[in-house]
Amino acid sequence: MHIGIPRESLPRETRVAATSKSIAQLQKLGYHVLVEKGAGDTASFLDDDYIKAGAQIVDTDEVWSQDIVAKINPPTNTEIERMRPGAILISLIAAPRSPDLLESLAAKQLTVLAMDSVPRISRAQSLDVISSMANIGGYRAVIEAAHEFGSLFTGQVTAAGKVPPARVFISGTGVAGLAAIGTARALGAIVSATDIRAETAEQVESMGAQFVAVASADAQQTSDGYAKEATEKYARAAAAMYAQQAKEADIIITTAQIPGKPAPRLLTEEMVASMKPGSVIVDMAASSGGNVAGSVPDRVVKTQNGVKIIGYTDLPGRLPTQASELFATNIVNLFKLITPHKNGTVELDMNDMVVRAMLVTDKGQITWPPPQIAVSAAPATSSTKASSPATPGKVPKQPRDPRTGYAVAGLCALALLVLFGFTPAGLLSHFMVFMLAVVVGFYVIGNVSHSLHTPLMSVTNAISGIIVIGSLVGLTLVDQAQSLTNASNLAIIILSTAGILLAAINVFGGFSVTQRMLKMFKKG
Amino acid sequence: MSATLINGSFIIAALLFILALAGLSKHETSQRGNILGAIGMALALLFTIAGVVFGTRSGPFIVTAGIPLWIAATLVLVLLAGAVIGITKALNVEMTEMPELIALFHSFVGLSAVLVGWTAYLQMAARGHFDALHSGELYVGIFIGAVTFTGSLVAYLKLSAKIRSAPLALPGKNALNLGAIVAFFVLTALFVLYPKGTGGFVLISAITLLALLLGLHLVASIGGGDMPVVVSMLNSYSGWAAAAAGFTLSNDLLIVTGALVGSSGAYLSYIMCKAMNRSFLSVIAGGFGSDGMVVSQQKDLGEHRETTAQEVAGMLKGATSVVITPGYGMAVAQAQSAVADLTSRLKAQGIEVRFGIHPVAGRLPGHMNVLLAEAKVPYDIVLEMDEINDDLADTDIVLVIGANDTVNPAATEDPTSPIAGMPVLEVWKSGQVVVFKRSMATGYAGVQNPLFFKENTQMLFGDAKERVADIINAL
Repeated sequence: MHIGIPRESLPRETRVAATSKSIAQLQKLGYHVLVEKGAGDTASFLDDDYIKAGAQIVDTDEVWSQDIVAKINPPTNTEIERMRPGAILISLIAAPRSPDLLESLAAKQLTVLAMDSVPRISRAQSLDVISSMANIGGYRAVIEAAHEFGSLFTGQVTAAGKVPPARVFISGTGVAGLAAIGTARALGAIVSATDIRAETAEQVESMGAQFVAVASADAQQTSDGYAKEATEKYARAAAAMYAQQAKEADIIITTAQIPGKPAPRLLTEEMVASMKPGSVIVDMAASSGGNVAGSVPDRVVKTQNGVKIIGYTDLPGRLPTQASELFATNIVNLFKLITPHKNGTVELDMNDMVVRAMLVTDKGQITWPPPQIAVSAAPATSSTKASSPATPGKVPKQPRDPRTGYAVAGLCALALLVLFGFTPAGLLSHFMVFMLAVVVGFYVIGNVSHSLHTPLMSVTNAISGIIVIGSLVGLTLVDQAQSLTNASNLAIIILSTAGILLAAINVFGGFSVTQRMLKMFKKG
Repeated sequence: MSATLINGSFIIAALLFILALAGLSKHETSQRGNILGAIGMALALLFTIAGVVFGTRSGPFIVTAGIPLWIAATLVLVLLAGAVIGITKALNVEMTEMPELIALFHSFVGLSAVLVGWTAYLQMAARGHFDALHSGELYVGIFIGAVTFTGSLVAYLKLSAKIRSAPLALPGKNALNLGAIVAFFVLTALFVLYPKGTGGFVLISAITLLALLLGLHLVASIGGGDMPVVVSMLNSYSGWAAAAAGFTLSNDLLIVTGALVGSSGAYLSYIMCKAMNRSFLSVIAGGFGSDGMVVSQQKDLGEHRETTAQEVAGMLKGATSVVITPGYGMAVAQAQSAVADLTSRLKAQGIEVRFGIHPVAGRLPGHMNVLLAEAKVPYDIVLEMDEINDDLADTDIVLVIGANDTVNPAATEDPTSPIAGMPVLEVWKSGQVVVFKRSMATGYAGVQNPLFFKENTQMLFGDAKERVADIINAL
C-alpha cells in the first residue's frame, strides 16, 4: 500500500509526520511512501533526504489521494475532500472535542486511527504521541521560561556578588512535568513539584526535585491512567498550597490536563498577583482553557505586577526536528502493530485493544468512544493489597512460637543423651571431634565472599580427598597370616588400590586447579 | 613408626585444613589458604604412607605390621599415577568446564568412601569377627558414599551436556526417596544383627545398590538450572562420606576433615537456597527441581524492542556508568574474553563499568567470578547482588548477557509467579537495559520474563560473543 505524508497546513505547525529514517523503516514493512513537496522544510528534513531514503516527492493532490495518509494535525475539510473514499487516515483527531470532524470523516467513508487516542498501557507506549510530545513540550516550557526570565537559573557566588538560584515549581508530574523537572534541574534551579496523584512523589524525588503534597488524602487515580477531577475538600487544600507556592516560586510551569474536559484552574488571579515581579508562568494547558487565570493561547501576557504568563500551545513544534523524529517513530511503531506480516498491507485487529481504542471511524462508521478498558498500570486498590492472592503453597509464613523451638531443641538433646548413654566410650570421643569440626566448618565458611565460592568448593573437594588415608589404611587390613592371593586379601588390595588412585586424582587435581583459579583473580 | 607421631601429624593437618578454609574466604589470603591445605595434605599422606609401609607401633606393641614391598611399590606407583592424571586434568581444564570437573571429583570421593567401606567389610568377613558398632558405621559410610558417587556422576553428565539436563519426573518420586531412606534404616538394623555369612554379603550388596539408585534418582530429578545448589550439596555429601569412613576406621583426621567439608558445604548450599528463595530441607531431599517445570500462563506482556550492536555502542558512548550482569548464557557462548575486552575499552573512555553477579548465576556457585577472573577482569569491579542492587537505579545502562531468571522482575512484582520472592538483580530500575539473548525463549524456570517487555529494555539477539565483538568494533 502507499502512504502519503502531506505538508502540514496548520499555521505555525513546523513538524512533519515522516523523517528519512522512518521512511526507510516503513519501506521495510512493505510500504511505498510519497511525501508532499516541501513537507519537511520547517523541520530541516529536505526533499532530497526523503528521495535518498527511497520516498517519492509529489504534489498536494497526489499525496492526499493515497491509500493511507499519515500526518500530525487533524485534517481540514478541504483536505478530507481530497482523500479517496475508503482510505486510511492516521493523525491527531481530538475525538472528544470534535464530533463534527468525526462526522465529516465518516461521511467520506474513511477509516481513521487517532494518534491521540492511544490507551495508556505499557505495550502501547511506543506509539503514544501524547507522551513523546509532552516530553519535548516539558523541556521546551523550561527553555521558554528561562528565555523570558530576567535572572539566572543556577546559583553562583561571583566577584560581582551572589546570584541566588531560581525556584521552579511544577504542577502536574506526568511526562511533561517530569521532563520539565529534569530540564530545570539541569539548568541549576531548585525545583519543587506537585501532583494530584500522591504516588508520583517517588518519581519526582528520583528526578532530584522536592515533592509538595497537598494536605488532604483523597486524591485518586482513574483506571485509564490519567488524573481526574478532584473533590471539593481536596480542591481547598490544593488552593492553599498553590497560594503558598506562588509567593515563593520564580517560575511556575503548569501541565494539568484532563482528557476531554477543560483544564483545571490551578492559579487564580490573586495567586498570580501575589507573585514577585519578573516571575514567569508557563501554562502548558493554555489550549484547553488554561490552568492559570489570564493565560492566552499562543501569547505571552504580562500582568500588571510584571508577571509573564506564557500560553504557547505549540511547545513541541518549537523543536521541530526532534518532535518530528519522535512523532515519525510513533507512526512507524503503529505501522509495525497493524502490519503483522510486514507485507505492506494494513490489517486492523479489532480484538487488539490498542487498535480498537485508536480507531475512531471504521469505513464510515463512527466507532468512538471505544468500549471501556482498564489499564494494567493503575495501582491495585487497597482492598486487594490487603489480601494478597492466596496461592496454594505460597502462604506467608506465620512467625513460630519460640517455645516450640526450645521444646524441639530440648527433645533432641534428651534423645542424644539417651543415645550416648548406650554408646561405647571410643565412639563418643570420635563424636566429640566430629561435632566440634562441624561447628568449626560453619564458622570458618560464615563470611566467605561470593566470588570465591568456586575455589572454596574445589579446595574443600581436594581436602575431602583425605579419604585416601582410608584406602591406605585399608592395605594394612590385609591378613598377612593368609596368602596374599587368597580371595579376600586380593579383593582388599584391589579395592584399596582403586580407592587410592581415585582419591589421589582428587587431591592433586583439586589443589592444583584451585591454585590455577586463584592466580587468575587480580585486583584492578 | 610410632602411632602417636602419626596421630600428631594428623592434628597438625587438621589445623592446616581449617586455616585453608578460613583463608579461602578472602581474596587476599586465598592463595595462602590453598597452599596451607596442600601442606596439610602432604603431611598427612607422608606419615600415613610411612606408617602403612613400615608398620606402626605404640610403645613396645606392634599396632599394624608393615606391608610387603611389592604392595608398597604398587601403592606409590598408583599414587603417582593419580597425581599425574589429576594435575594434567587440572592444568588443562577450561574454566567453563569447572562445574563438571568438580562434580566428577565429588564422585571420586564418593566411590572411595564406598571402597573403604567394602574393604573394612571384607576384612571383618575374612576374620569372621563383627562388632555391631563397626558394622553400623561402615554400612552408613557405604550408603552416603554411594549416594554421593552416583549423584555426582549424574550431575557431571548433566553439566557436561552428555545427558539431557531436564528434570526426570518419576511418578511419586518423593515416595521413592522416602522409601529408600526407610529401607536404608531397616537394612542397617538387619545388617547390625546378622552381619555374617552370605546374608551379610547380600545385605551389604543391597545397600550399595539401593544407595547407588537413590543418588541417581535424587540428582536426575533436579534440572540443570538448580545445579549450583546441587553441586554444593554434593560437596557437602562428599564430606559426610569421608567422615563416615573416618568412623569406620576410627580415624579422627578423616572425621574432622569430613565434618569440615560437610558442614561448610551444607552452609554454602544454605546460602544458595536463600538466594533462590527455596527451603533448605526440600533441597536436601532433592524434591525441589519440580518447580522448574512450572510454565506460567501466557500473559499479554506486549512487544519487545529489538536493537543493533551499533545502537548499543552509541548508547554506551553516551553513558557514564555501565553495569554488566552475566549469566549462564555468557559461559555457553564463551563470551567472557569479549566481555572483558569491552570492559577495558569502556573504562579507557572514562566510563565506570562494574559487574553484578547473582549468587546462583551459572552452574556452580561463583562460576561467573571464575570466568571473569580468567578473562582478567579485576575482581574489585565484580560485585555481588546485594552490593550492586542499590546502585542500579543510578546506572545508565545495564547489559544483561545470558542471564534470565536472575533479572526477572516477576520475582518481586508478581506474587503468583513460580519464582516469586527470589531475590533478583533489579536491572529494570536503571536507565536502559540491553538484553543479549539467543531468542525470546523462557529461562530455566520456564517463566516468561516481563523485563524483556519493559519500556527501557531493548533486545540484542544472537550469539553473545559475536554481538559483544560487534559492539567493540562499532566503538
